[in-house]
Amino acid sequence: MNNTTVEVVDLKKLFPMAGGLFSRKVRYIHAVEDLSFKIQEGETLGLVGESGCGKTTTGKLLVKLIPPTGGHIYFNGSDVATIEGGALLREYRRKVQMIFQDPYESMNPRKTVYDIIAEPLVVQKVGNIVERETMVAEMLSGVGIVPPDTFMFRYPHELSGGQRQRVAIARAMVINPSFLVADEPTSMLDVSVRTGVMKLMLQLRKEFNLAVLYITHDLAVARYMCDRLAVMYLGRMVELGETEEVLQNPLHPYTKALISAIPIPDPTFTREAIPIKGGVSKPVDPHPRCRFYDRCPVATDGCEKLEHPPLEDKGSGHYVACYEV
Amino acid sequence: MALLEVSNLTMHYTTRVGDVMAVDSVDFTLERGRALGLVGESGCGKTSIAMTILKLLPENARILGGQIRFDGVDLVPLSEDQMRKYRWDHISMVFQAAMNSLNPVYTVGDQILEAIQHHMPMKERVARKRIAELFNLVGLDPAVMDQYPHEYSGGMKQRAVIAMALSCDPSIIIADEPTTALDVIVQDRILKQIDKIREELNMGMIYISHDIAVIAEVSDRIGVMYAGKMVEFADTHTIFKSPVHPYTYALMSTFPSVKGDKRELVELPGEPPNLIEPPLGCRFHPRCPRATAVCQEQEPVFTEVTNEHFCACWNQRS
Repeated sequence: MNNTTVEVVDLKKLFPMAGGLFSRKVRYIHAVEDLSFKIQEGETLGLVGESGCGKTTTGKLLVKLIPPTGGHIYFNGSDVATIEGGALLREYRRKVQMIFQDPYESMNPRKTVYDIIAEPLVVQKVGNIVERETMVAEMLSGVGIVPPDTFMFRYPHELSGGQRQRVAIARAMVINPSFLVADEPTSMLDVSVRTGVMKLMLQLRKEFNLAVLYITHDLAVARYMCDRLAVMYLGRMVELGETEEVLQNPLHPYTKALISAIPIPDPTFTREAIPIKGGVSKPVDPHPRCRFYDRCPVATDGCEKLEHPPLEDKGSGHYVACYEV
Repeated sequence: MALLEVSNLTMHYTTRVGDVMAVDSVDFTLERGRALGLVGESGCGKTSIAMTILKLLPENARILGGQIRFDGVDLVPLSEDQMRKYRWDHISMVFQAAMNSLNPVYTVGDQILEAIQHHMPMKERVARKRIAELFNLVGLDPAVMDQYPHEYSGGMKQRAVIAMALSCDPSIIIADEPTTALDVIVQDRILKQIDKIREELNMGMIYISHDIAVIAEVSDRIGVMYAGKMVEFADTHTIFKSPVHPYTYALMSTFPSVKGDKRELVELPGEPPNLIEPPLGCRFHPRCPRATAVCQEQEPVFTEVTNEHFCACWNQRS
């Protein structure tokens, strides 16, 4: 029986833009709007899209690094979106962990591998010093940094990119979270090292029955890592469905264009060209109509007048926000 | 005769802790109108080869041997003054993250103007006409010439940098990760544009990338680099369909694709070596699934396997 670990309902985040000195009107970047999804225990949801589409903002909202403007985040049934302290927040912080993109910047260079991995344990007051050392050692071998004794008291600069990312994974996993937000965890790694880290994450997900939000711009990596994909465009989710279904049978015109633009590592493969107009803009006080309207090759007069389309189920859990599908 | 012929090229960086063997005995050729892809992971020497061809090297770099023949002339012994005649006029380059190298306080047009006037003295009016032509060629509206870099999007900046590289009508362009920082839709457009320009102007192109999917789409021939060595060189189809070097094979099987069968990704153990003390024998042997005793002792020779297909390996796949 699948249990929902995280449920996001109508999540919204606006960033005010600094106006001019005498300007009274504050403008807002609509980074994330009307975002709703669920992640089950043991499931990986991929959040994909181009830069500036709100993927990382969503990740930060979910780990409560920034407060949402509106909406709800239900974790194991309780709404944690607006809580600001107390036991519930403490529990949430313990159960939700994040892995960042850049393993060169996400670690304090003055701390040893042991200090980095043990920090969540210290903050959450788990175990005593002897127990912590055992836990860190076990975690290190769990992420493939062996033997743990030789690495435990090294500094991040003595590790390679792949090893650092493994340490970052160990830091996230050491307090046994049930929900993991991974923001482009492999995009800084070389291909020959990347596969190892991808496989490690898949294995840990299974072992710990983790719910994972996997944020990436690389759909080829997402194909291997995610059960379902959510495609975002300018702060809105435009398509959601099973990974293979979305990749092989995309329905939204944006998803179609995005997938058709990905180069294929096979010289005999000819891609279908789906040209779209213009480039990505910033969602500054956007028009209420469909966010993709200006660039859409199939937009009609209806799309111009109506509001941004709602996500609709087109069968077997494949959701699309488009009037023309 | 090939337009560019690199033979036995070796370049090391001297550091306090020893020499970094960044480029070691590399051979390849490039014909006019063709596109060559150099692929490999970070630190394998791709960018170092490009910088060596243009001789844009830092002070601690030394070209220890080999030849870089452009149109029959060896560039290696040339002085800085003589080299300047080749740089940009004959061989130009689109640098990695070049879009961040535009000067924010000058308009984009002025920056290209400066490059043109430096190499070909001409009146500003004529040069501006030339810039307008270049902008059309790379798919930019000439009207944006007088705007500043911050008014450009990432894709527009990259196009402007390509226009700058084309400004003196070079016969070879080296593009070092020209689209790495861009989103896929923009990347797709830029790659198509570069390909079109190469055909129109009949230029030689060298693409440098870590992304074999990008290389697959834009190159006629591919050189696979590992730890400062070229390990395999062949036409694109052969590299993808029948690679003989175990590293090439591993690289292909570890690269995910959105289309086609979802095959199991192969995990390559270990990490690329430190080039101050690279492994003896074949530099890939500690990670190689086919390694035997000879690989640990003797360096494999870069030889022709079949017609125009070169490889350096003792235990080639068949």
